[in-house]
Amino acid sequence: MAQVNRDIWAELEPHLADVEKPARYIGLELGAQRPAHAPHKVSWLLTYPDTYEVGLPNQGLQILYEILNERDDAVAERSYAPWTDLEGVLRRERIPLFSVDTHRDAGAFDVLAFNLSAELTFTNLLNCVDLAGVPVRAAERRPEHPLVAAGGHCTYNPEPIADFLDFVVLGDGEEAVGEITEVLRQWKAGGRTEGSREQVLRELSHLEGVYVPSMYEVDYDGPAIKAIRPRYPDVPERVEKRTIADLGAWPYPRNQLVPLTEVVHDRLNVEVFRGCTRGCRFCQAGMITRPVRERPADQVRTMVEEGLRRTGYDEVALTSLSTADFSGIEGVVKGIVDGNGPSDDPMSCGNVSVSLPSLRVDAFTVGIAAQIQKARRTGLTFAPEAGTWRMRQIINKLIREEDLYGAVDSAFSQGWRRVKLYFLTGLPSETDEDTLGIVDLARNCVELGRKHNKNVQVKASVGGFVPKPFTPFQWFGQNTVPELHRKVGLLRDAARGNRSLQLTWHDPKATLVEGLMSRGDRRLGPVVEAVWRRGGTFQEWSEHFDLALWESAMAENGLELDWYVHRHRAEDEVLPWDHISAGLHKDFLWQDWQDALAEVGLPDCRWTPCYDCGACTGYGIEHVVASPVPPAGGSQGTGQDLFRSSGVPVALTTKPPVGAPS
Amino acid sequence: MSGSGAVPLRLRVRFAKTGKIRFTSHRDVARIWERALRRAALPVAYSEGFSPRPKLSFGLALSTGHESMGEYLDVNLREGALDADEAVATFPARVDPMLPDGMVIQAVEPLAPGSDSLQEAVTTCTWLLELTGLDPDGVVAAVDRTLAADAIVVTRERKGRAANDDIRPGILGLQVLPPGTGCGVVEAELACQPRSLRPAELVGALDPALHARRVVRIHQWTQAGGARREVIPLPPAATLAPHAQVRA
Repeated sequence: MAQVNRDIWAELEPHLADVEKPARYIGLELGAQRPAHAPHKVSWLLTYPDTYEVGLPNQGLQILYEILNERDDAVAERSYAPWTDLEGVLRRERIPLFSVDTHRDAGAFDVLAFNLSAELTFTNLLNCVDLAGVPVRAAERRPEHPLVAAGGHCTYNPEPIADFLDFVVLGDGEEAVGEITEVLRQWKAGGRTEGSREQVLRELSHLEGVYVPSMYEVDYDGPAIKAIRPRYPDVPERVEKRTIADLGAWPYPRNQLVPLTEVVHDRLNVEVFRGCTRGCRFCQAGMITRPVRERPADQVRTMVEEGLRRTGYDEVALTSLSTADFSGIEGVVKGIVDGNGPSDDPMSCGNVSVSLPSLRVDAFTVGIAAQIQKARRTGLTFAPEAGTWRMRQIINKLIREEDLYGAVDSAFSQGWRRVKLYFLTGLPSETDEDTLGIVDLARNCVELGRKHNKNVQVKASVGGFVPKPFTPFQWFGQNTVPELHRKVGLLRDAARGNRSLQLTWHDPKATLVEGLMSRGDRRLGPVVEAVWRRGGTFQEWSEHFDLALWESAMAENGLELDWYVHRHRAEDEVLPWDHISAGLHKDFLWQDWQDALAEVGLPDCRWTPCYDCGACTGYGIEHVVASPVPPAGGSQGTGQDLFRSSGVPVALTTKPPVGAPS
Repeated sequence: MSGSGAVPLRLRVRFAKTGKIRFTSHRDVARIWERALRRAALPVAYSEGFSPRPKLSFGLALSTGHESMGEYLDVNLREGALDADEAVATFPARVDPMLPDGMVIQAVEPLAPGSDSLQEAVTTCTWLLELTGLDPDGVVAAVDRTLAADAIVVTRERKGRAANDDIRPGILGLQVLPPGTGCGVVEAELACQPRSLRPAELVGALDPALHARRVVRIHQWTQAGGARREVIPLPPAATLAPHAQVRA
């Protein structure tokens, strides 16, 4: 068993001068806590399995860090994957993975809880567990070992790493972590005796939103899955995700961490809503986080004001999946911009800038951006996602060409000189004409810009599409690497010769492995383990990504990439995540997939009748929108005509939004 | 620049950087100060233009991993926002709580108009080097050998090319501290002009077997009328106490 009082800092300190960016390992951030551990308290080590720079800003981790530390019966500290140079030191000097808060041995915590936001971090999870001195396979862990847990978007299909996880938290963690803590407190009080591990996991499986992989058995029929069944009658057949009904009840993080060294998204982040009803069919985040739950506009204002004052940040991001859809957006933005005059208020010492990380594609959004970005208009980013209207109907990103051109023209005319456009390629039924539409759109944007400024730049960033669980595209066979390369080649040829148009693309080989993990099953456990054992960590990083490791591990385990990644699934196929529920009816998703193939779009359900996707009705809550009036911008930039009836498959009567006049 | 002709108030701040925080870089420290001053709601002057930045100027960079008992920073305050006495008196109490563990304000002075920047003013620095790799006698011998040398030529990289420099003139003081201060602790005064002589270069020149496990900048010196003067001297108690903290 790990020694509880081992002083990792003293062991680590002499080596920190020899590693890159040692400030990543010292803690001491504003907002960092030094919680007092005690035998009766359940200790959580919240770990982000990528570098500190990528992991520190993660809001989910920071929210749980605060909620747990506010409890009398829990403590929470943080850890991040050490970079390869420090990992070498830790292994050579036999120093375990540690928390950055009090430099405590990771193996001395009760729970190692990982945030999984990207499939390619799976091998890093194994590496962190191993560095903590804990067996990577859940079945080999003993009562003295920590429980290894995971949450985050990738855990909606945790099957490829089911062998390594003791439990998984699906959906919003705010309430679940408290309930888990209570179960674990009893377990600790009982002395974590021999055999108690299995028992406590079984108890955890009774909690809503908690999935314990070892409590389930998978039967196969050749390569196909026959059934996924709970091992015991008291274990639920299907695990429902957790959903918090009222975001306003959880104004976290209250004390956002302010790092001492450079990280990504280094600014104040205030989440304005969770969920999305636009229904983009490729977008897993939009599907699994339903229903929409807005934060009251007054609370957003307070969190911005207090956050800026407390942190000293000069930038705040209003985060969500589509911030221009926030019903209070104009008032909130106006409040921040107006509170920005010369006075002794700390917020006014220099300008506070506001960023909207997910811009909607329309002129209204650019108007909002112009209001907040008075100076330094350098670049704006939009995501039309596909090059033709046909394709955008298939993916249900209902942006008309006029919307995009209106937005881009508005941006260039108001002084912006660079526009970045995000696209996907390899989408269902995509033709070469659809692919080439990407360059047509981008080129037209360049032409629009040249009317205003000779030196405009349009950057088109193209990613290979990865079908995700709990989306209508979960049945679609992903494009092969050669096919994606061919499409990128088409785009490169078409874009050639236009100096104002820059094309970048994501490595199709990385897309392949993302696809493998995204819809994989339990048989991939040995593959993930083999890749990790051969040094395949930091696969998110292009300099470390190594497809050959994955290919050989697949071959050695008698598994075919083609079967997992490129195959279309049938309606009656048992999917590896069928025992998990994101609240969406499978028949809704299938119908939406059929609509996609028929090139039929599905307008935003917030202002049209309900399609009965299951997200609201299943939880007994409505979309929580702070204002009954649809946000400004008319059609929301989706091309949606709110006044014409649309062919909705199911029309349930919904209650009027909160606060609407009856 | 201000068009009114009024003189903006500038403060010179001396601070310590010790412990875990020493692993932050010079750029990190700049960002930490910017945020601390905003949090303290101090009326710091900002540059104009597209991307306004607080008007702060830092002294000589301290290498990541080195500690210091004498770092400096000049802060420009907005004209007329505070008078000099009030600013000096309240600065430590307002800003110190906003700094992370290990960064401590030691002294604040108003800066006379037209003063040299810190980069121009500082001519030498005194360092404490805690050395390992040789026994105490070996350290004494290396120091004696270095002091006796007429020239010590090292190869440095300059603009991507190797260049040979004599670093001996840059060593203005070098002594082994008496036993009790800790084995193998050397105090060195090294030139900052025309080029800075880095403590690591001195350690390499002393003996290839030596390794500095701890490096602390304890003084930064300027020249005034031919005499050496500390940028902002501290009362004796304040300077001695930190010396005593140097671990054996």
